[in-house]
Amino acid sequence: MAERPPATRRTLWLVLSLVLAFLYIPIAVLVALSFNEGGLPTAWSGFSLKWYASLANNSAILSAALNTLIVALVSTAIATLLGTLLAIGVEMRRQYGKGLEALIFAPMIIPDIVLAIALLSFFSMLNLTMGLHTIILAHVVFNLAFVCSVVRARLKTFDWSIVEASADLGACALTTFRRVTLPVIAPAVIAGALLAFTLSVDEFIIAFFTAGAGRASTTLPMQIYAMIRFGITPEINALATIVMAVSITALTLSQRLNRGMIGQ
Amino acid sequence: MRSVPSRSSLLMAPALVWLTALMVVPCALVLALAFFRRGIYGGIDYTFTLENFGLVFDPLYAGIFLKSARIAGTATLIAAVIGYAAAYAISAAPRRWQPVFLFFAVLPFWSNYLIRTYAWIVLLNREGLITQLLRWLGYTGEPPSMLYTEGAVIAGLVYNYLPFVILACYAPLSRLNPELAEASRDLGASAATTFRRVILPLTVPGIAAGAVFVFVLSIGNFVTPALLGGGRFQMIGNLVYDQFLTANDWPFGAALAMALIAIMLLVLMAQALAADRASGPAMQAGGGADG
Repeated sequence: MAERPPATRRTLWLVLSLVLAFLYIPIAVLVALSFNEGGLPTAWSGFSLKWYASLANNSAILSAALNTLIVALVSTAIATLLGTLLAIGVEMRRQYGKGLEALIFAPMIIPDIVLAIALLSFFSMLNLTMGLHTIILAHVVFNLAFVCSVVRARLKTFDWSIVEASADLGACALTTFRRVTLPVIAPAVIAGALLAFTLSVDEFIIAFFTAGAGRASTTLPMQIYAMIRFGITPEINALATIVMAVSITALTLSQRLNRGMIGQ
Repeated sequence: MRSVPSRSSLLMAPALVWLTALMVVPCALVLALAFFRRGIYGGIDYTFTLENFGLVFDPLYAGIFLKSARIAGTATLIAAVIGYAAAYAISAAPRRWQPVFLFFAVLPFWSNYLIRTYAWIVLLNREGLITQLLRWLGYTGEPPSMLYTEGAVIAGLVYNYLPFVILACYAPLSRLNPELAEASRDLGASAATTFRRVILPLTVPGIAAGAVFVFVLSIGNFVTPALLGGGRFQMIGNLVYDQFLTANDWPFGAALAMALIAIMLLVLMAQALAADRASGPAMQAGGGADG
């Protein structure tokens, strides 16, 4: 690649810098404003953590954060278990139908708004009282699909003959899973779980439709949406910075695990 | 000992039951709902009708479908051009830097969607950063109204889905055999011809996959039009939302949702067909198609 003419190389660097600037400037502005004493985007009036302090005293945001944490943890746990089993089950077969493939792929591509109204119709037809539990039921749907796809990618290069070897040597299915399959897929399972956690923390529309009436089961994205509709407040900037820091940390971790896995 | 198929079914069962109960059945229910009437007090009147689907083709609503397709199409086109250029630049960088650039290009995709959209409100509103920048450059007139326009919605969609396009375009570009481009140049082709007749045809499947995904995610989008388009701005997603939460006409909302799914499936199928056809000749000759 080094033998490109210098003019071409300069153009390529320029393109890359412009695109990265386009991607990062809007986010950087939010982060910078969250530390702005005056809170206004019009003028910098000094560094301050006061918007973070005011977040810590906002009980609506704190309870929304707690709800989000509950939903994300429970739905991630269920989705990780179900998604991993599904991945193993699918990859064990040498062949499978297009229908199965479509069913597993569907939750990743179906428009959020469609799944949201479908679940709302379904839950209200069953006369189910909606709340955090219905959000969890809903989040597991797409979370398990993402966990499954991450684990399947890892299993594509898995040598199934070592499972047979383990069985031939007298290990029961559970022992084989625990001592042969699990150690191989563990990094992918954890990466998938972190991805699911992030998706659940960030998900808005489905939660909005399946949360039921009242404020008791408001999640953080629902709270953020309400605040944005209300107008720009410096508190959102601080909240946005924290939420981004959490998701980006989880994703960086997940990425590292996946890369470590490829390195093996 | 159990056979592989039966053990595999056992492992898949819990997830498949979950997906069936909480995705397949609810979606089937929505499809069924679309064939009923709206009750007088907003409930559902269980008499069969095709009216809801007829209403989808009413000029008012068909217009919103067309507008959604136009906005999604424009956003997809812009994202594809910028995304391809960025992916090309990354694939031309020194090898050990490529994963780093790719990581940073994709990272914003994983931060909260609402927040990324909100960032554009901060940039585009009347007293926002862009207005400040213009003032600083000596502009004294009225602040330009950029927020709550179709352009703002398109900008938001491009911003949100660009990382995804970069990722989709990078994969085929990085797998490209550099000797092909060399051979083309050795045979006397200019850089532009080499790009147009060798590189582009070989990497189009990646662009197509990325573009289809962006189009599908954009046309059914709810958040971006709601936040950047303003209160009365409507795309299909917002229309569906309104039928369920404000107008309380669930059967019509269901018909709209099914129309959205139908468009999505058509686009996905068209892409799959095109990919099947293109994988033959384009791979061998890298030309022919553009003569």
